[in-house]
Amino acid sequence: MHTGFDPDLVAVFILAAFLGFQLIKRVSTLLHSPLMSLTNAIAAVAVVGAIIILGEEPSTPLTKILGFIAVTAATVNLVSGFLITDRMLKMFKKGGSK
Amino acid sequence: MIIGNPIVEVAYLVAAVCFILSLMWMSHPSTSRRGVMAGELGMLLAIVGTLLLKEVVDYPLIAAALLLGAAIGAPLAYLMPMTAIPQRTAISHALGALAVGLIGVVEMIKLAGHGEGFSFESAALAFEMTLGFLTCTASVLAFAKLQELVTTRPMVFKGQQFVNLAVFVATIGCAVALALNPQSGALLIAFVALAALFGVMLVAPIGGADMPTVIALLNAYAGLAASAMGFALGNKLLIITGALDGASGFILAVIMCKAMNRSFANVMFGGFGQVIEGAAAGEAKPVRSASQEDAALMLENATSVVIVPGYGMAVAQAQHKVAELYQSLTSRGVDVRFAIHPVAGRMPGHMNVLLAEANIPYEKLIEMDEINGDLPTTDVALIIGANDVVNPAARDDPKSAIAGMPIIEADKAKTVMVIKRSMKPGFAGIENELYYLDKSHMLFGDAKEFVAGMVKALSGGSGMH
Repeated sequence: MHTGFDPDLVAVFILAAFLGFQLIKRVSTLLHSPLMSLTNAIAAVAVVGAIIILGEEPSTPLTKILGFIAVTAATVNLVSGFLITDRMLKMFKKGGSK
Repeated sequence: MIIGNPIVEVAYLVAAVCFILSLMWMSHPSTSRRGVMAGELGMLLAIVGTLLLKEVVDYPLIAAALLLGAAIGAPLAYLMPMTAIPQRTAISHALGALAVGLIGVVEMIKLAGHGEGFSFESAALAFEMTLGFLTCTASVLAFAKLQELVTTRPMVFKGQQFVNLAVFVATIGCAVALALNPQSGALLIAFVALAALFGVMLVAPIGGADMPTVIALLNAYAGLAASAMGFALGNKLLIITGALDGASGFILAVIMCKAMNRSFANVMFGGFGQVIEGAAAGEAKPVRSASQEDAALMLENATSVVIVPGYGMAVAQAQHKVAELYQSLTSRGVDVRFAIHPVAGRMPGHMNVLLAEANIPYEKLIEMDEINGDLPTTDVALIIGANDVVNPAARDDPKSAIAGMPIIEADKAKTVMVIKRSMKPGFAGIENELYYLDKSHMLFGDAKEFVAGMVKALSGGSGMH
């Protein structure tokens, strides 16, 4: 499983970065805290890399331990990230409902 | 490419689309909760897709780790008070970066085991681990500073820049050596230790008031590390999400820097917050103070009030009392709005979250640029726990340490009221001329108690409850 240099991946990265800049620029400053916890949660998709490490055989005890910590850490992030983002967003209410 | 399963490829692609939609819907409060759902769906697809890979066989252990993570993460989300959002964000940067760093270590050990030499993968891994481990420890220290487990003042010592440079060079040296010749022994351990040490060195000299920028920057690093891991593993989903996360952190950091009129380099290496000698040691000038009843009366008689909240409001946990004051004044026909400075608090958007939690409608939370034009016609500007963000010296005194920083022009309001514990200068140690203006009234006391006192005076004065 050797990955060499792939120009396609660079293209993907550059396009995603541009898209990211455009999307984030439009986010209301009101929501910058929930935005940060949402992007944290989304970035926890690194859990897929950790799952592969933890799940694949053959393995050594060391890779299992490191993989287990990595999956746990990323899962804490994704679960708490999504839940707390939603908890924050629920609080943003329009007036007139007092 | 390591992923050859078409079902998994499609799942990853759809997940990436979900994440993009998620950020798109995040742009406005009315669609933002749909954004969270899109993100959750994307994550589910990514995880299920990964479990379908034929390399992934050890399901019991994976299930155990996922459950453990969820068991820690869910209470973390539900029990965390809103005032601690910056701390939670710092923890999550630390955990995310730790996961990325550890994945890098395992992949590096695998490369070493195969006896591989230099490759694109080993270079990407070395880069990814550097960012991962330094972000992890930097975030832990940022957490400790936010939680005030350690001093929030900059930690500086003689020759710091030199030591930092030495640690940085040593870290990069080890990273290059590992990239050229992947190995799993002492060099890898030394490299991880050095990167972790550099993270600590990086955040140590940064003061509490600069935390919004630092947190945003660490967010960008964490994203970049995830992207680099995507390159190493040939995984497009990781590259895309890492790039989105990195772009987000970077933009927020730029906004924070602009809001302080400072550069990245200045925040990272400036040692801001080292008390400027002399400035605060001037003669004691007279100030006018007012009681809770006087202040309540002035607010009641105003037509328009702008409240400027700052970190002090968060520290005093005063947001709910402030909301009561808002309700009380609004019910008397006073137009009350909030002026939000981008760097008020300890992370981007901190004040908005606290005030939203206290049920202030979000259209009353006004950005600095929008509200400044209205301040000259505002009757009362009430400043609660903010200091440098309303300091006119930033606008008028080119020699001030915060010269050029955009401020909320509270000094232009007809009357200024400042809730403050004492006359001690603020975090940056800069004297604030605002307190000595003829139209200024100092309201000395704890923000929460003082606001509660005003609310009581208001309800008592007119016989309403």
